[in-house]
Amino acid sequence: MLKDITLGQYFPGTTLAHKLDPRTKILLVVLYIIALFCAKGLVTYAIMALCLAVCVRISKVGLKALVRGLKPVLFIIIFTGVLNLFFTPGDRYLVEWGILRISDTGIRNAVFMVVRIMLLIMGTFLMTYTTSPISLTDGLEQLLNGLKKFRVPVHELAMMMSIALRFIPTLIEETDKIMSAQKARGADFESGNIIQKAKALIPILVPLFISAFRRADELATAMECRCYHGGEGRTKLHVLQYQRRDWVALGAGTVITVGVIVLGRFGL
Amino acid sequence: MEPILQIKNLTHTYGIGTPFQRSAVEDMSFDVREGEFLGIIGHTGSGKSTLIQHLNGLLKPTDGQVLLGGKDIWAEPKKIRDVRFRVGLVFQYPEYQLFEETVYKDIAFGPTNQGKTGDELDRCVREAARLVGIRDDQMDKSPFELSGGQKRRVALAGVLAMEPEVLILDEPTAGLDPAGRENLMANIRDYHRNKHKTIILVSHSMDEIAQNVDRILVLKGARILMSGAPAEVFARADELITAGLDVPQVTRVAMALKARGVDIDPAVYTVEALERELLALRKGGAVC
Repeated sequence: MLKDITLGQYFPGTTLAHKLDPRTKILLVVLYIIALFCAKGLVTYAIMALCLAVCVRISKVGLKALVRGLKPVLFIIIFTGVLNLFFTPGDRYLVEWGILRISDTGIRNAVFMVVRIMLLIMGTFLMTYTTSPISLTDGLEQLLNGLKKFRVPVHELAMMMSIALRFIPTLIEETDKIMSAQKARGADFESGNIIQKAKALIPILVPLFISAFRRADELATAMECRCYHGGEGRTKLHVLQYQRRDWVALGAGTVITVGVIVLGRFGL
Repeated sequence: MEPILQIKNLTHTYGIGTPFQRSAVEDMSFDVREGEFLGIIGHTGSGKSTLIQHLNGLLKPTDGQVLLGGKDIWAEPKKIRDVRFRVGLVFQYPEYQLFEETVYKDIAFGPTNQGKTGDELDRCVREAARLVGIRDDQMDKSPFELSGGQKRRVALAGVLAMEPEVLILDEPTAGLDPAGRENLMANIRDYHRNKHKTIILVSHSMDEIAQNVDRILVLKGARILMSGAPAEVFARADELITAGLDVPQVTRVAMALKARGVDIDPAVYTVEALERELLALRKGGAVC
């Protein structure tokens, strides 16, 4: 059940989407998000959906996996949709029921907002599905390298991020194991009111925290044993290099984004 | 007598419908008799852990049945907790599940969930602590102050305190030093001898299995490879070795002797049996 969480899960592959430089993919996602928020009407949304569909097709990531990624945020999506549906003032009201009024703009906004969030999540998930966490942080570190001049500890931040990502599956597995062990002793997580349910979590959280601290401590020791001393003077095993395909992808991304922004200006 | 646990055509498949789909248990059937000491052995990934999690209803079979006392444990899914109290499962490295402020409270977690209170609760907790050799003065300590071996004993007591009819131990001695191992196994043997309760011991140490159990189940690649009394299983030592499994050290010695032309039964698996065999040989006037 906990294993259903797919946050930051990488599906190995050899498609173009996998081969692109992680920096390219991060920049493309940034462009994608900008474009998504500049989209105003049917045409622009259609372009964005088409872009995503093409990328999904190239990456060979199953649509099922992408849709599954939506599950954890389902509540937010529904909440946004309902809020927009009922509380957007408009010219024409189709339904009026107390303070709940559905206007024509309300329906439009609700649909577009829901589509926007869904596209946003699926797009970013596509990146994490096709990029291993390590190369993702590598790419991020390279992109933010310029900030080092302003004494931003870019390398350390990137290292922390990759460690955090690295430990998500480990901790999930650990939680699963502890839950099973406590269930074997008759712990009951399902029934009872909210206070009883919260109390039932103690037998999971205490061992989980203890093991997280233990792991952190062991990892720190292991890193120091291998003479880790931060980013200064540290070289890379895999030096990132832009290829032709990266320039092509970035070019296409920029053109589409500018196009969407311009079209959005006209309210399309 | 009816077996206490019956496993019928049990299959469990992980990740159905994803690229990671694989069967961890495939079509396994076997019985566990009441009062028996059963050993399960197999490589990592042979399905041991998945199998035992079916026996107390932590996992639901993809296909097949688990019968406890003749009743399908999933007949009433709401009552699955009762199954867990009757079939106690001690996980690998159980010391990581400790969470209470004192040793006493941690051991009492299981029986409290069972609904035991007052004198009965106290009796269960103290009895379980005694079985695994935890002293009274340790009962009010924090479990986190104890050594690794002691913590494991506390965790084991936490399951014993539920007074299960069947006790399943998943690698109970993993990561302990030789003295700690022997000590813990002695406790488990005593428990078996005095309480006549069914025990299922999962291990990948052939020696540990050979010295303790009445019957062995050998798993390989999600299926049962062999099952039988230790002497029967170790008589097929060659097959075990081709399957990539170990045989007890004593058996290895006997096999080596046999290979050198000594007339000895290579299926011996305890030091005592080997000693007897060798002494018999010397009396017979054989030269080694």
